[in-house]
Amino acid sequence: MKDVSFGQFYPVDSFVHRLDPRLKIVFLIAYIVAIFLASNFYGLAACAAVLVLIVVCARIPVGKVLRAVRGVTFLVLFTAALNVLFYGGETVYWQWGIFCVTFEGIIFSVFLALRLVLLVVCSSMLTYTTTPVSLTDGVESLLTPLKWIRLPVHELALVMSIALRFIPILMDETARIKNAQMARGADFERGGLVKKVKATIPILVPLLLSAFRRADELGDAMDARCYTGGKHRTKYKKLRFTWRDLVALLTGAALITGVVLMKVYLGVPY
Amino acid sequence: MGKHRASARSARQFAFVLGEISVLNAIEFADVSFRYEEGAPFAVRHLNFSVAEGEFVAVLGHNGSGKSTLARLANGLLTPDEGTIFAFGVQLGEKNLYDVRRNVGVVFQNPDNQTVATIVEDDVAFGAENVGLPREEIGRRIDFALKAVGMEPYRTATVARLSGGQKQRIAIAGVLALKPKAIILDESTAMLDPRGRREIVDVVSRLNREEGITVVLITHFMEEALLAGRAVVMNRGEVVMQGTPREIFGRREELLTYNLALPRIGVICEKLRAGGMDIGDTLDAATLAKEIAACVS
Repeated sequence: MKDVSFGQFYPVDSFVHRLDPRLKIVFLIAYIVAIFLASNFYGLAACAAVLVLIVVCARIPVGKVLRAVRGVTFLVLFTAALNVLFYGGETVYWQWGIFCVTFEGIIFSVFLALRLVLLVVCSSMLTYTTTPVSLTDGVESLLTPLKWIRLPVHELALVMSIALRFIPILMDETARIKNAQMARGADFERGGLVKKVKATIPILVPLLLSAFRRADELGDAMDARCYTGGKHRTKYKKLRFTWRDLVALLTGAALITGVVLMKVYLGVPY
Repeated sequence: MGKHRASARSARQFAFVLGEISVLNAIEFADVSFRYEEGAPFAVRHLNFSVAEGEFVAVLGHNGSGKSTLARLANGLLTPDEGTIFAFGVQLGEKNLYDVRRNVGVVFQNPDNQTVATIVEDDVAFGAENVGLPREEIGRRIDFALKAVGMEPYRTATVARLSGGQKQRIAIAGVLALKPKAIILDESTAMLDPRGRREIVDVVSRLNREEGITVVLITHFMEEALLAGRAVVMNRGEVVMQGTPREIFGRREELLTYNLALPRIGVICEKLRAGGMDIGDTLDAATLAKEIAACVS
């Protein structure tokens, strides 16, 4: 449970931490586009290089970065395995019934796995380097045009930041409830899938109840501190675009251009 | 004893207020009744209770005595079924709810459930942002509030990594950022360890002394009432005892009928006094030891 570090801020002062959250969000989107545009290993290598640069600039320890990857190991391996077995292609190495391992399949799987890993690492870099509040401010600012169609942008952004804030608290709570149920003789380890899913009910029900209670108390506390929604509200932290953001913006633009050029001139990965 | 001086002054002021006009009261309940559901027993019944400006009042009571309901009523989180509530002379109603909340802040029990933001300064800023203060003023308010609770070095820290007492001090700072004239602590020490409890009680008594902020400390820890100028005991939604903490603690048998017991050290003090030693009321072992030493030598 403790391994899920997604959505947790890592408090150090760095170049990346100081970037405008709006830019970081846009950069992440651009980066994801770049990952999927990349059609060969050169493109992916460029993406990876930029990511390494970001990690170094953000002063995030490698262990933290790997932790983010560890959370999705199963997903990555699972999709890669499926692709190896079902992708098809011409250079067949091994075949059994509908399963078929090919050169193209292996290449594609490796490619896909790398994409997923880059995707996860880059996304977690956003949450590592951006406090939920500034992340929310960024989302709110980027979504401002939607206020025209009467979307409650401020409220949505606040809901998001509170959700992020409560992730670690609810994680701890889950662990606590699980221990409490185990102390009462509950068994979460043995049995088939159905039994295991059923076994989570005694965890989920108290967790849900507690989450409601917490929400209620938080609501009261917010009310007591004069919260009345987005109207008439001011912001302590103003978002400002600085030279750092310009550097990051140019890096992002260069990456996408580079990836597209490589796609055009260098073609497919094999 | 120096600590009690300010409270003695406010007790006199309180007496004066009762005789003359009620405007000087920070919080005033006039014949207030409230129940959470139709048909349920009243959580607060025909309550007459007031706190003078600048006073430090401790509200004691066992679970279900109505003391938390009192906090929620005073801040407009609950609306009374009968009776009226005044905050600094203003009658609580739909329209002035937010003016009242700016003046009367509430700190709740669980620090985790009243922190909105992840970073200390962002959370302290929340209230000030809500009332639409300009940026620079919010910055000044954060400085003031963090200094008042002794948490300046933690301005950019992550709330989740602080201790319980520190988290609760941040919660107090979050309320202080609105510059309230009164603060109600609704069992704010209940979930803390003894050290955290000490921190909170120290902070609020200093706020009362130095900033002149009216403090209502709702608690079921008897020792916390000692710093207060006045102690109020609630039982079944009514105020059943009132007086200085010393007076209240002196009525041990009566306290027991309301399911409140003095900590053992209080009983020892009482026995020593009965035995002829000149010992003040303290629930702190070190102080008691000093007093005994003074008597013996």
